[in-house]
Amino acid sequence: MNYDLILGILNIVLISTTPLVFAGIGELVTEKSGVLNLGLEGLMLVGAVSGFISLVITGNYFYSFILSILSGAILSSIFAFFVLRLLTNQIATGLALTIFGIGLSAMLGKKFAGTPINGLSPYYLIIFSFILVFLINYILYKTKAGLIIRAVGENHHSAYALGYDVIKTRYLTIIFGGVMCSLAGFYISVCYAPMWQEGMTAGRGWIALALVVFATWKPWRLLVGAYIFGGVAIMQMNLQAFGVKLPGQFFNMMPYLATLMVLVFISSNKVRLKLNAPSSLTIPFIKD
Amino acid sequence: MKPIIEFKNITKSYPGVIANKNISFSIEPKSIHAILGENGAGKSTLVKILYGHVNQDRGNIYIDSKNVRITSPSVAKKLGINMVFQHFSLFESLTVAENLILGIDKKLSMSELIDKSKSISSKYGFNLNLNSPISSLSVGQRQSVEIVRSLLNDPKILILDEPTSVLTPDEIKNLFKVISNLVQDNLTVIFISHKLEEIINLSNRVTILRGGEVVDTLITKNENPDSLGLKMLGYKIAKLKRNKVDDNSKVLFSLNNVSTFNQDPFSVNLKNINFSLKTGQILGIAGVAGNGQNELMEIFLNENNDNFKGNVIFKNQNINQLSTQDRKCLSISYVTEQRLGHSAVPEMSLTENVLLSMSHNKKFIKNDLINFKEIGNHTDKIIKKFNVNAPSNFSKASQLSGGNLQKFIIGREILSNPELLILSQPTWGIDAGSESFIRKTLIDLSLNGISIIIISHDIDELLEICNDVCVLYEGRLSKNLNVEQIDATQLGKYMGGLFD
Repeated sequence: MNYDLILGILNIVLISTTPLVFAGIGELVTEKSGVLNLGLEGLMLVGAVSGFISLVITGNYFYSFILSILSGAILSSIFAFFVLRLLTNQIATGLALTIFGIGLSAMLGKKFAGTPINGLSPYYLIIFSFILVFLINYILYKTKAGLIIRAVGENHHSAYALGYDVIKTRYLTIIFGGVMCSLAGFYISVCYAPMWQEGMTAGRGWIALALVVFATWKPWRLLVGAYIFGGVAIMQMNLQAFGVKLPGQFFNMMPYLATLMVLVFISSNKVRLKLNAPSSLTIPFIKD
Repeated sequence: MKPIIEFKNITKSYPGVIANKNISFSIEPKSIHAILGENGAGKSTLVKILYGHVNQDRGNIYIDSKNVRITSPSVAKKLGINMVFQHFSLFESLTVAENLILGIDKKLSMSELIDKSKSISSKYGFNLNLNSPISSLSVGQRQSVEIVRSLLNDPKILILDEPTSVLTPDEIKNLFKVISNLVQDNLTVIFISHKLEEIINLSNRVTILRGGEVVDTLITKNENPDSLGLKMLGYKIAKLKRNKVDDNSKVLFSLNNVSTFNQDPFSVNLKNINFSLKTGQILGIAGVAGNGQNELMEIFLNENNDNFKGNVIFKNQNINQLSTQDRKCLSISYVTEQRLGHSAVPEMSLTENVLLSMSHNKKFIKNDLINFKEIGNHTDKIIKKFNVNAPSNFSKASQLSGGNLQKFIIGREILSNPELLILSQPTWGIDAGSESFIRKTLIDLSLNGISIIIISHDIDELLEICNDVCVLYEGRLSKNLNVEQIDATQLGKYMGGLFD
């Protein structure tokens, strides 16, 4: 194998993995504060479609970027209102958000499917994704704000008893998670693919969700995990190119199969999960 | 002296109960003010209102004669009020230092925080390692962390909610020394307890609550435990009479060299546990929570998943491999610590809960069909015989109060005619009436030749009803101490791990 080919593959891995890093790190912060948001896929799609549409209309990358993350912020704050104020079940609400996001993005994007655009170079956001992981790791483990987020996720009653606003903290982390998902969507529709197609995130939201567990809620491990998954996804193309004789469906299945296997492997070690999982995850905070 | 805190007509109700009803009294500055009452009397609700953790429906609080609205804990902290909770206010997976930072409002750098916590620790004699995670600390050390965390805010008023309920006698002595020193440094301490001796020894004044209302506020030095107890309960509790075990009676149940090998860092491994239990004997297993009680209960129930070595012997038969259900068929009954969720299914009716525990009984299930009439009658019998205050046998387990549910569960187990009854924390968190009923029932049971093991944190309870007591400390079990000959200092040493 020559040098160029390796570099080429690395480049493809780098470009295709970045949305997993964004969505995953957003969900990691949300979960660290004790909220499970299963709406990643929906948020990503809405972020993708609103970024794409606004780019087609305005032709300006900056407006497109702003509108995209705004869509994620709005949608996730609706989710936050439901689970934090109305105390709805986080799992059901998250699934509803995903279904809603898939439908909404398909409806909004109908007229724009197939419209050609000039994509933005992915490298800005790729570089940003590395800085982001470093920053989140620093905030979570070295600053008081991060300590509060972890404390709220660990035991919300204690955090409240110490005078911290559990609801506000969770609002902020949920919105952060939503913004990161829509950023991942923006990256897919404006940088990675440059186009819009219904359901174009292709299950990346679910993989990002699995990554958080895979990483046992640690930012650096999430980055490593994301690149392992990205690598598997690319491998499927290259194995086909090398003429390995297996049905194409099998290759398409591989990233998801890998996700499943990793989850089984991680959950087999109960002690590790117990040590790292936020103890209040999915438990609604009710003041007594 | 002008009072530092005044409660005026504080009322707080929850659906179905009035937790606090028109509570009015005042607290003098630089004193130790105790709040006495049995479980459910409204002590915790009242101090949680003072700390802003719960908001009152009606009534006012005056601090230094100023009317204040304490809407949240952060407001309370600004007013100089801090609270050490009975449980649930430390973060298990975080370190001591991280827990301390979370407790302070002011901007302090890490080094300032370390200096300040060190000076507080040395002043009051705490010994803290700032880098250890909370999960590795003993209960006493955890409490020290909570107290230091409160003191970092330079409070004027410190609330201690049942601080002694989980400590060894030595740790209690240290805590009282700390509290006295705090008052000398101009703090006002509010001390909540249901233990009469402690209140007499420690406090200057005491307010007694019963059923959510103030019974009286008294100067402690004029009182004695009996007079306070009478005011707390409203009636006198008769002294119990213990049975005597015949020296010649047979050994019914024993553990031989039992050790466990759990990998979970939150659990304690048992080390070489040996004891034997005679027919009609009541054996108490004392010790501070978290010293292996849960793990020992798992051995009794066979919920340990075979991570253990040693032998569990019942009637000269090795029962290591028998499941909980099989052991029940051999006439061993259990009352576990967690009433809702372990002993009873909260969302199921009392009848169904009886059925679940008695499913091995052919009388209730025939050819896989449930005989609801029979099981209903049996449930009614439990309700009647054990004074359970329940609307009907259709009531859900979760609708019963702690004391009633516990009477029901114990009744259920007793009516299954056990030869051996194993109980964990049988009277924890229940009202005094149910408590004395349960204790008397257990003694009567032993008089009929039934052997009983009680795991409890409550030493007074064990000394009252058991024939022998041994102490569990970090997974090791001390030898038997005969209750008739026991002396308090020896027991205190044992609870601090000084045995073998």
